[in-house]
Amino acid sequence: MAKPRLGVFKFSSCDGCQLSLLDCEDELLAVAGAIDIAYFPEATRSDDVGHYDIAFIEGSVTTPHEAEMIQDIRARSTALITLGACATSGGIQALKNGADTAAFIDAVYAHPEYIDTLDTATPISDHVTVDFELRGCPISKRDLIELVAATVVGRTPQTPSHAACIECKLAGHVCVMVSQGTPCLGPVTHAGCGALCPGYARGCYGCFGPKETPNTAALAAQLANHGADNRQIARLFSTFNTNAPEFRKEAEKHE
Amino acid sequence: MTLPVVIDIKALDQLVQTLAKDRQVMGPVRRDGAVVYEEIQGVDDLPRGWIDEQEGGHYRLKREGDKLFGYTVGPSSWKRFLHPPKQTLWRAGGGGITPEPIAEDRFAFLGVRGCELAAIQVQDKVFMDGPYRDPHYAARRENLFIVAVNCTRAGATCFCASMDTGPKVNPGYDIALTEIDGGLLAEVGSDAGGAALAALTSRPATEADLAAAAQGIKDAEGQMGRKLNTDGLADILKDNPDHPRWSVVADACLNCANCTMVCPTCFCTTVDEVSALDSDEVSRENRWASCFTTEFSYVHGGAVRPGAKARYRQWMTHKLGTWWDQFDSSGCTGCGRCITWCPVGIDITEEAAAIRGEGG
Repeated sequence: MAKPRLGVFKFSSCDGCQLSLLDCEDELLAVAGAIDIAYFPEATRSDDVGHYDIAFIEGSVTTPHEAEMIQDIRARSTALITLGACATSGGIQALKNGADTAAFIDAVYAHPEYIDTLDTATPISDHVTVDFELRGCPISKRDLIELVAATVVGRTPQTPSHAACIECKLAGHVCVMVSQGTPCLGPVTHAGCGALCPGYARGCYGCFGPKETPNTAALAAQLANHGADNRQIARLFSTFNTNAPEFRKEAEKHE
Repeated sequence: MTLPVVIDIKALDQLVQTLAKDRQVMGPVRRDGAVVYEEIQGVDDLPRGWIDEQEGGHYRLKREGDKLFGYTVGPSSWKRFLHPPKQTLWRAGGGGITPEPIAEDRFAFLGVRGCELAAIQVQDKVFMDGPYRDPHYAARRENLFIVAVNCTRAGATCFCASMDTGPKVNPGYDIALTEIDGGLLAEVGSDAGGAALAALTSRPATEADLAAAAQGIKDAEGQMGRKLNTDGLADILKDNPDHPRWSVVADACLNCANCTMVCPTCFCTTVDEVSALDSDEVSRENRWASCFTTEFSYVHGGAVRPGAKARYRQWMTHKLGTWWDQFDSSGCTGCGRCITWCPVGIDITEEAAAIRGEGG
């Protein structure tokens, strides 16, 4: 069986998710052995030509150029898979959605006339059909390797969409919300990170975005009971997955 | 029947050392603001002088007194060791299937409370009594030595007295301890327990020691922060699938699954096929699962229980109702963990009372 041909593409993002491929360390050779990495500017010099069996997309669509580019890549790819919070929900840059983009540009850039940007940062699925979305800011190495292993044999990757709390309890961490009153998004956040932050006595920041059936209203009510004000609650839901519909709606209720 | 004796803390430490010769001794330690169960080396590891303050969705440790076992129960339960979060079942590769070797863990548990021993016995029925015996659980259980502790203090989310599981432990232990002024009253529950106790420095218990222990247990019984009226409860739950209360609790429920993770009797698992990238080896791994997830009831076309209303109803009706039909016991032992460790403090005793038509 020929190895599937992979292209790795970057849109508006920090590169952290695609670098997770290189961070595979011990498994990197196995990954390289299982797939033909045909286009990956962070790792190879090859040009972007031809058809891809798998396209990994990192980043959100924030410029007119990107809006065109994703159509081209979709047309040349069999399976299009998004990596990380930017590509699946818009990323931290989606904080600009609904705000005054022109004012931001004026405030930040010395020569605003050089900036050609859209008013929104949007997920890839707003533009083309996405075959699979890998969550996280950044994605987890375990999920990425599972994704590659599953994709090469043609099965669905096992990336459970239940709460991060289950991973937290499996790891044996003590619940920071119950034992310390620390604000934590774990109960409404998609699993995948292995409950990293609660393992260091920090609340979950929601890097993996909303879980299946998230009850953000009930969590927000309890955060308020613990003393959080509206501004704090809104900010908690307005980070890496600020544009994910469930988080955005909850944040708007507290603005 | 061996008569009760009184041992001091030094003798308890000696017991830990003796058990540690051929076992991993697991006991209470203070970690990350809670009392959790981990491997201990001696009595110095115990959370002496610390007690817990618990309420729905609330747990704090604070210093009070100098008891070894003044705390009640924390977030972890003994099921973590007997029925671990992950367990490889078999491996396949090269054309054959190799079952995972049977677990060789030899544990001794120090500090098993009445509600917890009852929970272990509930899981015994699940994993050992039915037609599908779990050989790993059975092997760990077979090798287990239990040092139980009678509670002399109860927490605000405790209701073992309602479930007839405590505060005095029911039979099933090797040794049961009750902390009294000046030492620990020790009672024997098995031949192995008798032999272990006989090797320790001890003195016969006096009438005053027995009375002090009984008083401590009675005090704990009087301190139960929660009550559950179990009278006819199984039928009441089964007869009320459309009770409006299920929608009320669904509004508050995060369906985060914490209640099922901390519950010492919840036993459900799912299996993952874990495939390696660079070989044809696949392993099948058992992993704790929860009826509060979509995946749990997913069949072709969708989840049978799509949201919190159906999931909470399923969990509570099983725990307090249909568990009787399935295992001839309650699935709840009154430890209160699901109340304390629910991030929003949903209270199973309050919900049961509401379905019954009382309070709430």
